[in-house]
Amino acid sequence: MEILNLKGTEDTPTIILDKKNGIFEISGRSLPEDSAEFYRPVIEWINAYAKDANPATEFVFKLEYFNTASSKLILDVLSALEEIKGMKILWYFHDDDEDMEEAGQEFSELVEIPFEFKTY
Amino acid sequence: MNFIYDLHRTMMAQKLILVYEGDFTQETTKSILSMAERNLDSSGEDSGIKRKVFNVMVEALQNIVKHSSEQGLQAGSLISKSAIFLISKDDTRYCVMTGNPILKDKVAMLTENLNDLNSKDKEGLKEMYKDIIKNTQISEKGGAGLGFVDMARKSGEKLEFTFATMDGTHDFFCLKVNISREKE
Repeated sequence: MEILNLKGTEDTPTIILDKKNGIFEISGRSLPEDSAEFYRPVIEWINAYAKDANPATEFVFKLEYFNTASSKLILDVLSALEEIKGMKILWYFHDDDEDMEEAGQEFSELVEIPFEFKTY
Repeated sequence: MNFIYDLHRTMMAQKLILVYEGDFTQETTKSILSMAERNLDSSGEDSGIKRKVFNVMVEALQNIVKHSSEQGLQAGSLISKSAIFLISKDDTRYCVMTGNPILKDKVAMLTENLNDLNSKDKEGLKEMYKDIIKNTQISEKGGAGLGFVDMARKSGEKLEFTFATMDGTHDFFCLKVNISREKE
């Protein structure tokens, strides 16, 4: 399966989806002008991955900031991940960033995937 | 040219640290954010408060961008695109303020939405947020009032707003979001 590798910018996150090496990570800032368009290839990649997923997947979210338009799409990403067996979310937040911690908790209440919370 | 001094004095009196007037796009949003961020960094502001201010700025700016592009399609006139964005700072708080023209027939609905939002407590706003991201098909540019809900949550205070009369078809929507500098 091809690797999806998007380099982060000042308003879009870094995304690495690499089945072979078991790296699945979204990190940085997410406030693109058109969040649906930005996340479309990510969701497509995950849907393709779901057909032949690794036995276990740890999907990392290490976001510094995301806007509300991105939050809807992050939920769409999580909903796509929900379909995959052996899925686990690693939700990172800066140790003094309560809002990011709470955002992760809210997402964890909206999908049926185990979340592990970690600080950085 | 007295207006220059008047404007300067107004800005000082209102403790404005940043004012932008004109056309709003994603590019101007990014420039304003990086300018304001530099300002917050150099003043050594607490990182939690800095994040809240940044957060409210993004939603306020993207609201205007989204709204002015809708208006632009309808009218295409200069008046429909021009908006203002301001940040003030004093010892106790930051205020993120915006002003932009909106069609008169949207005023009643917006007033109702904002009053509804202001009537909610922290838990109520959280439920509203979760409900919107879960159940609403948000257009590619966001929307569904999610930006306002988020600003209210990050502010922790009521959103202040007024409408000033512009002309027969438009009012000028003014919004003020306060972010306390006192740590919780």
